[in-house]
Amino acid sequence: MDFPILSLIIFLPLLGATFIFLFRYQKDTNKSAIYVSIFTSLANLLLAFFLWFLFDNNYTGFQFIEEKNWISGLIKFKLGIDGISILFILLTAFITPICIFSCINSVKERVKEFLIAILVLETFMIGVFCSLDLVIFYLFFEAGLIPMFLIIGIWGGERRVYSAFKFFLYTLLGSVLMLVAIISIYWITGTTDITSINEIKIPSEFQYILWLAFFSSFAVKMPMWPVHTWLPDAHVEAPTAGSVILAAILLKMGGYGFLRFSIPLFPVATEYFTPMIYFLSLIAIIYTSLVALMQEDMKKLIAYSSVAHMGYVTLGIFTLTKQGIDGGMFQMLSHGLISAALFLCVGVLYDRSHSRLIKTYGGVVNSIPKYSLVFIIFALAALGLPGTTGFLGEFLVLIGIFQKDYLIGLVATIGVVLCAAYMLWLTKRVIFGQIKNQEVKILKDVNFSEGTMLFILATIVIIFGFYPEPLLNTMNVTINGLIDNYENDLIYHLSASK
Amino acid sequence: MEYAVLFLPLLGSILGYFGKSLGNFFSEIATSFFVTASAILSIVIFYNGITAGSYGNFKIFEWISSGNFVANWSIKIDPLSSIMLVVVTLVSSIVHIYSIGYMSHDPHKPRFMSYLSLFTFSMLALVVSDNFLQLFFGWEGVGLCSYLLIGFWYKRNSANNAAIKAFIVNRVGDFGLAVGIFLIFYHLGTINYDEVFSLIPTLVNKEINFLGFEYNLITIICLSLFIGAMGKSAQFLLHTWLPDAMEGPTPVSALIHAATMVTAGVFLVVRCSPIFEYSSVALNVVAVIGMITAIFAASVALVQNDIKRIIAYSTCSQLGYMFFAVGVGAYHVAMFHLFTHAFFKALLFLGSGSVIHAFKDDQDIRNMGGVWKQLPYTWVLMLIGTLALTGFPLLSGFYSKDAIIEFAFLKHTFMGNSVAIVGIITAFLTSIYSWRLIFKTFHGKYMNKKIPIKETHESPLIMLVPLIFLAFGAIFSGYLFKELFIGENSESFWLNSIFFIEMTSHDNIPLWFLALTPLLVIISIPVSYFLFVKDKKILDGFKERYKTFYNFLLNKWYVDEFYDIILVNPIKKIGYIFWKKGDEGTIDRFGPNGISKIIKLISDKAVQFQSGYIYDYAFIMLIGLSALITYLIIY
Repeated sequence: MDFPILSLIIFLPLLGATFIFLFRYQKDTNKSAIYVSIFTSLANLLLAFFLWFLFDNNYTGFQFIEEKNWISGLIKFKLGIDGISILFILLTAFITPICIFSCINSVKERVKEFLIAILVLETFMIGVFCSLDLVIFYLFFEAGLIPMFLIIGIWGGERRVYSAFKFFLYTLLGSVLMLVAIISIYWITGTTDITSINEIKIPSEFQYILWLAFFSSFAVKMPMWPVHTWLPDAHVEAPTAGSVILAAILLKMGGYGFLRFSIPLFPVATEYFTPMIYFLSLIAIIYTSLVALMQEDMKKLIAYSSVAHMGYVTLGIFTLTKQGIDGGMFQMLSHGLISAALFLCVGVLYDRSHSRLIKTYGGVVNSIPKYSLVFIIFALAALGLPGTTGFLGEFLVLIGIFQKDYLIGLVATIGVVLCAAYMLWLTKRVIFGQIKNQEVKILKDVNFSEGTMLFILATIVIIFGFYPEPLLNTMNVTINGLIDNYENDLIYHLSASK
Repeated sequence: MEYAVLFLPLLGSILGYFGKSLGNFFSEIATSFFVTASAILSIVIFYNGITAGSYGNFKIFEWISSGNFVANWSIKIDPLSSIMLVVVTLVSSIVHIYSIGYMSHDPHKPRFMSYLSLFTFSMLALVVSDNFLQLFFGWEGVGLCSYLLIGFWYKRNSANNAAIKAFIVNRVGDFGLAVGIFLIFYHLGTINYDEVFSLIPTLVNKEINFLGFEYNLITIICLSLFIGAMGKSAQFLLHTWLPDAMEGPTPVSALIHAATMVTAGVFLVVRCSPIFEYSSVALNVVAVIGMITAIFAASVALVQNDIKRIIAYSTCSQLGYMFFAVGVGAYHVAMFHLFTHAFFKALLFLGSGSVIHAFKDDQDIRNMGGVWKQLPYTWVLMLIGTLALTGFPLLSGFYSKDAIIEFAFLKHTFMGNSVAIVGIITAFLTSIYSWRLIFKTFHGKYMNKKIPIKETHESPLIMLVPLIFLAFGAIFSGYLFKELFIGENSESFWLNSIFFIEMTSHDNIPLWFLALTPLLVIISIPVSYFLFVKDKKILDGFKERYKTFYNFLLNKWYVDEFYDIILVNPIKKIGYIFWKKGDEGTIDRFGPNGISKIIKLISDKAVQFQSGYIYDYAFIMLIGLSALITYLIIY
């Protein structure tokens, strides 16, 4: 492929952002900024679909590779995608326009700047999923923090500054360690190109410490217990679009990082630390589910449920079985859609009555039935009802983990029951019952743009719930390759140590 | 045709829901029509199966494939699933038509009809599955519809709570089912029924290690699956949701909580008979749980006052019958009882719906009585249902229930004998509480103070006609299908859809034993008439004397309270502690907040160094210099 399609996908949103940046302030600047950003993000979505169309499902290794020297001899600007990253690119390109649509209703101040932040963020996020060079990856990975920090810090709620700093501190702490690790990898292997590192193979004695350094960064992003406490705060204070991007895409970078770096680069350490991951994931599943049960703030509840769902992802990925990784990947994509939709749902209520507290509502279905229907669908998808994507992810992960250890599998399966409990209780307290509050009585049902977004999301969640093959096929070969390489590398290192 | 049976109800559901704008009438007609069409087709399939043996497996499309984990959307027609098809679609279509009358005043009728059809679709998906994953889909799908329908009157808090309870208790069951499926997949590498059943003998004697103990693998698999069955079929310990589920509209109780969904557990165990047959431990557990449930539910039903709850406990108890039948290996008899039970229990529920209709939504039998002249058709229909349920000779319950007891007796094992004894005792209790219901509702004095007796009226025709169909089923289904299901040549009907290791014996049963149950059942009629209508003082005296025991029964053995104390409240408390003490009190306090506090502390201290006085700086420089020199000298 000669045409640099990946660069185009990465930098198109940036172009759009620059364009908006150059607007002069006039009466209808906001409107035209929205049009431009919608156009840009939709064009990017089309490009992503086109990329998916061109993508060869049966090819092992990276496709659409672009390579340019950046700092000659030291760092290359290397891009490429495989069956894992293409799906995340699709997810990003899909979620961004939805965020922009949601701004129309929820962001009233500094709309132009907000849109610039979102588009820049899209560039960085897609960049993360395309980079094949550790340094480039690190740059995109870190740069993504800045727009997100601004989105929370400027457009957030009352305690936005506290939350923004908490978010920044946590994520930075992890990434500093990762930077050190990247530099050490360069010292050890003489390159930062992932494919070359894979061939050179990092000696096993270095792997443990490097793995931990990467882990600290990905675990914060994921987020895994006990470094998850930034997430509820960040979600609560972030504006709707911010929450959506955070939940749908930023959290997935952790899982992506594990799949792209931790497992292929440090197989020995991966095997060594797997029990720890299981342990942390189980705590995440049970502990945060219980915490979610008691939340009084809708956004916090969904944020805690995200932590629990991400627990399944780490559990699945580190089973290193086909079903487990498939499930982990599927769970990430499905969570990306479902949690995004749930945050949008909360956003719809918040825009109308400016409260996120569960007790404000009750009997919502009496005044806004359409909204309630959608809310129920996503609540059910979140609790993993068969026929939605939420079910398949969880089920595959559990199948994977049962092949490793019964006890862990059993405990993880308990989480499914707890999840049903908090999701249904939330639904009951918000949607059903008598109208207690006068404000609920005068709520307006979803308008066209909200309705369309939620409807599209619901359709996708259900369609892929019944027919997940397109997604599974795309990642099939890549994941098989990942597992094969992992096992071969383990054998290689074992024989090397003898 | 097979596709039509499965998808017509789904189509009806979608049309019914989105056809709201075309009016209630459209929704009613669309859903009822499609389900009825489906019912007719299932009867054709059933008939073709019996006469021509035309069974088969149709693959719709591949649902999921991940490595060697493959599951299809499929339709498997075999004797077992064809029976279930008939039961489900027939009762469903009757309930649909009945609902048109029963729900006529409800503003959300299209939604109701649509949920009913959606339920029918899920239930069909469950029974025609050829693998465990689609079964699981249907399993949770019916759970969802049950949740939606119990909470149908969403303004009532009690209905919402009952709905959540039903879903979560079922989830606990689903947990077991899922674990069973995981184990099956891990050890056999497939979840397709045929493949699993053919491979299961290879696992005999295989032990697995869990927490340091060795367990027989097949037993563990069976018990896991059985936990699922217990949840769905409301067996003891996981039964608590079923009585509460009566918050839903009565047609729902008839369809979901009596005739179809709750029997899914029995269906699962019968479907998995090739697995259960290899584990006598598991079968004994099934039998014991079934016996406990049968006795427990019947005893509780004796003292309840809500007409629907009595029937709900009766359902629970009858499901216990089916399970202990399965537990002694009488799969075909269990299916037969499932078949007949669907008719008479749906009849009883719909009949009670008619009574409730007459009393303007009052369900307390203490506020009824003496209205049999007012509601003659309902009275007759309820009588038929009661006679069938209690096993009055020649009605359907007689054939199926007595067959279970006889089969158990013929086993000549300890378990078989206990099952037979429990079966007889429960039959007697069943008879008493059923007649109590009839006598208190239709006979004696009229007790309702709010509604004058003149205002109670018979239900409209659209509600009565469906009941007449069910009454036919309740009377004749036992006699007509006895030979087919459990007769001498029943094996040629079941083919390989049910699996026995030991062949059933066809010994003759002593006559005194044969006559025992029917005799008890007949005696119980005058006894209960005497107790509940003639002379109530005896009972009142009994209530006074054994107050604790009476309350124990009235409060359903305190199982709900027990769960509140040991599960619900602790879980909430733990959640709160984790949140406040764990996240906020520990992680945040020592994590980000702690760090920022320390940094602030240090910087506050550091600020003090910059006093601005030159001698302070000179002094510090001096100390630094001397320290440096000392260092250089020593090293």
